[in-house]
Amino acid sequence: MSDQPTQHKSPHGVGHVVPPKILFATGGALLVLTVITVLAAKIDFEDMGVPELNIFVALAIAVVKASLVVLFFMHLRWDRPFNSIVLVTSVAFVALFIAFAMTDTFAYREDVRGFAQERLVSGNAEHVKTELDATAQKLGESQQHGDTPAAAGADAHGP
Amino acid sequence: VSHATHPSSAAALDPAHAHGSGHDHPPFLAHHFESPKQQFEAGKLGMWLFLATEVLLFGGLFCGYSVWRGNHPELFKYGSQFLNTTLGAINTAVLITSSLTMAWAVTLAQQNKQRGMLICLVLTLGGAAGFLVIKYFEYTHKFHEGYFPGLKFYDVPPHSHTFDPAAPLAWQSGTLAPLSASTAPSLADLGLPPGVNTDAPTIAPAAIGPEGLAPEALRAIEHSHDAHQPHPLQDPARPANAHQFFNIYFMMTGLHGVHVLVGGIVILWLIVRGARGHFSSEYFTPVDLGGLYWHVVDLIWIFLFPLFYLI
Repeated sequence: MSDQPTQHKSPHGVGHVVPPKILFATGGALLVLTVITVLAAKIDFEDMGVPELNIFVALAIAVVKASLVVLFFMHLRWDRPFNSIVLVTSVAFVALFIAFAMTDTFAYREDVRGFAQERLVSGNAEHVKTELDATAQKLGESQQHGDTPAAAGADAHGP
Repeated sequence: VSHATHPSSAAALDPAHAHGSGHDHPPFLAHHFESPKQQFEAGKLGMWLFLATEVLLFGGLFCGYSVWRGNHPELFKYGSQFLNTTLGAINTAVLITSSLTMAWAVTLAQQNKQRGMLICLVLTLGGAAGFLVIKYFEYTHKFHEGYFPGLKFYDVPPHSHTFDPAAPLAWQSGTLAPLSASTAPSLADLGLPPGVNTDAPTIAPAAIGPEGLAPEALRAIEHSHDAHQPHPLQDPARPANAHQFFNIYFMMTGLHGVHVLVGGIVILWLIVRGARGHFSSEYFTPVDLGGLYWHVVDLIWIFLFPLFYLI
């Protein structure tokens, strides 16, 4: 904006003219980062003992790309700071939502993991049949005793 | 500075509406704004507030993605194998390039280079169309392979082009193995006859996998599926409920696709107005704000691409 120091003044004092060479540099960087993120995903960090690293690398590159788009393509680098506050606030609240939702997910992670590994693999027909019978039996018992079915299900698949 | 009085009565009552240079309002300046700059800044702030709601809209879906993936990471690692990384990467490049031409169009509009601006807008529209065409081929390929959003995506035999709604679904034909504890309590809700849970002989031996499958569907798979990629139903490593990956994939990329469509319409509108000479270095607000929307479409895809195709 014209009330901020800038070398690209617009002729009428409205908006900010970003020179094409900055736009091309930004676009080029975004394309290079796209190639990097595809290549980085081919490395399986899980084999190297850091299972979550693939996600962090991919997201870190995505955040860098998003920042380039916001700062240069969307002019926030030169814009009034209030527009940046609006964007950062919305992103911060999304981060807050996800973080709090994930505390619950992590709290029950081992239960869910054990549950999934124990039963949710196809091709394990005998195991599934056994489980199925057990579930059906438990369900029948719980109905007789007036228990909640959910409790029977949880019992049947404890670690 | 001498203040000339605006001819309109509203402005005459308001000294703030006076103009230092003494000439009339530019035609694009709404009467309730003091100056083109104020109008531009107000419009831009409004657009950023709207974009904040877009961030929150997709934020809910990203939150759902995080919870699902946190609970069942194996579904996402498995499901991503079935997405075409090459097409996804090409679409990423298409959107980035169209974002570049959009930003360039804004710069050219500000420099009063209207022909260049129109060319850049047409290129941007081409990017939007190209993205949707590639997405169309990806979606139809997935449907063809039998991956649908929904409770399960195998009730329709893969490679069958006709869907007979009268045909019994797997559980109706008695071959469904109701298996997970999470679904077991709600079997009655699914419309199963009472007692089916406890009556062992009516429960399938689950020899064809836990999701259950109508025999004709299984035969269709065996006879028609090309061998280069194992069909999920024949893949012993397939996690049950793998369809959940496709549910959230179709939901998030579908909502993004709607945004691409809307963005394309906005760009088309900008082209029509630009061709009529509505924009100049004095007035380019619609180009700028339409561009902001288009960049957000690019931003969302920058996150969707790695989350679904890569990791």
